[in-house]
Amino acid sequence: MLPGKEGKPHRGRSHWVPGAARARSTLVHVPTDSPALLVEDLRKRYGDRDVVAGLSFSAARGELTAVLGPNGAGKTTTIECCEGLRRPDGGRIDVLGLDRSRADAAVELRHRVGVMLQEGGLPMAPRARAVLRHVARLHDRQEAAAQLLERLGLANVARTRVRHLSGGQRQRLALACAIVGEPELVFLDEPTAGLDPQARLAVWELVRALREAGTSIVLTTHLMTEAEDLADHVVVVDRGAVVAAGTPAELRGAPHVRVTVPAGTDTGGLAARLDAALASHPGLATTAEGAAVVVRGRDGADLDTAALAVVANALAASGHGAAEVALTRPTLEDAFLALTGRELRVDAA
Amino acid sequence: MSATIRRVGAQTWFETLAVLRNGEQLLLTLLLPAIALVVLATTDLAPLPEPRVDAAVGSALAMAVASSFTSQAIAVAFDRRWGVLRMLATTPLGPQGLLAGKLGAVLVVVLVQTVVLGGLGLAVRWRPAGLGAAQVVAGAVLMVLGAGVFVAFAMLVGGTLRPEAVLAIANLLFVLMVLGGGLVLPLELLPAPLDAVMAYLPPGALGEALRTLLTEGLVDVVALGVLAAWAVAGAALATRAFRWDA
Repeated sequence: MLPGKEGKPHRGRSHWVPGAARARSTLVHVPTDSPALLVEDLRKRYGDRDVVAGLSFSAARGELTAVLGPNGAGKTTTIECCEGLRRPDGGRIDVLGLDRSRADAAVELRHRVGVMLQEGGLPMAPRARAVLRHVARLHDRQEAAAQLLERLGLANVARTRVRHLSGGQRQRLALACAIVGEPELVFLDEPTAGLDPQARLAVWELVRALREAGTSIVLTTHLMTEAEDLADHVVVVDRGAVVAAGTPAELRGAPHVRVTVPAGTDTGGLAARLDAALASHPGLATTAEGAAVVVRGRDGADLDTAALAVVANALAASGHGAAEVALTRPTLEDAFLALTGRELRVDAA
Repeated sequence: MSATIRRVGAQTWFETLAVLRNGEQLLLTLLLPAIALVVLATTDLAPLPEPRVDAAVGSALAMAVASSFTSQAIAVAFDRRWGVLRMLATTPLGPQGLLAGKLGAVLVVVLVQTVVLGGLGLAVRWRPAGLGAAQVVAGAVLMVLGAGVFVAFAMLVGGTLRPEAVLAIANLLFVLMVLGGGLVLPLELLPAPLDAVMAYLPPGALGEALRTLLTEGLVDVVALGVLAAWAVAGAALATRAFRWDA
């Protein structure tokens, strides 16, 4: 639990963004140290296909957790089980400390959890303002609708029918519907799918503002940049199970020095010679990785330009002056492809 | 007023406006029954029991109630495609509240239809002097039961098929019900044994019962039973087969 997320004033404030803890007389007492979402050994089959096969992860309160995976990895099925829209075949889901499978919890969670579906879930015929006002009324928060339209840049299309909104405007309206009830936890299923870069940035900004206000967010995405730029915690899902989880930095790995040599060079031999040349630098470890030689800091330490200079000098001293040397900061995409493999590279492309 | 009732009321209002503000839905739910009423009452294009205008009002009301089938089937099919039902089910309204709101909206629309068609009937010299409280109550029961049957089957069709298929099927069935189902034209115009069969189907039972009620003041108890049985069967089928997503 991060400090400063609890006990904020809610009713009657002029601030638009949903808060974290909302006083409710119907609230079932739960320990506040329970995570926003806990998924344990979740299983779901469609026909004879295991779409989700023993998936487990948790999402901390006040954090943005990204469920990242290629198309068909089971992200939407997982999230829809968490939203209560699908019944799992096995496993356990606790949302805000409540057992999702209990009927009384389901009623309670409809007040405290916001949902933005992948397909948006918006009726097409009514005007944008009418839709948001209606959803606000269902949450007993009529007064929030106008402000939210303003804040989400939808005020000028408030009288436009949903079917005539652009893709970005619809996504923002769907997001508005998900957060108008001031939820403690919001599920966003591929919130920027199909958007142009400007619209995507606009949605990201809104999601960041939401998170900064203390709302717990779980979003699914197949976009590395989305997970990398937004998330506090990333859960990489493939074939219905979690293959890795951690902060974006943990998943990326530390910056390292990469030595590229002409094709046909014996990288194993080069790695051994370089390792010997670097013997006076015990903090550096050299390995051959495919067609390249990689120098990493021991214990996952970050390497910097000083290390780059040391490696470059060692290469020059050992007669490899033609090698290319670069300080490399791996992206989440590198880590993702390393985790999910080549076959999925084709799928995800 | 409890919060639940307030939410169901909000959903009822939202869905009622969706019907009354949609041109195609208005055509189906109000304009076509109104045209049928005026044509049947003021011309002798089709044979009707006497008093003719009383029977015409009965036919128009039956047609109005049956339009909820086509109207709701199409609305539900597209709402499923767009995920509207699932989105609303995740709000405090919940799935049961959503269903209650939908039924509420159908009943409000039937009320609006009754008022409009009744008024139009008066304008074409319908004089409901012979109708007592018993007939009014029986008429209301018939129409509510009929609406129940048609909405249940609307959920069955709209809740299982693709929207394009629902558009075609729901419109076609409406035309068939109007032309040969006993909804608007008396079943006696049909050749035997079709007339007897149709009397046990919802449009025939509803149309005949409403015409009998308005022309003779008599309650067709068999038709009431037929409608009740179809309502139960339709609700059971729809509950089993309905899919929230398309």
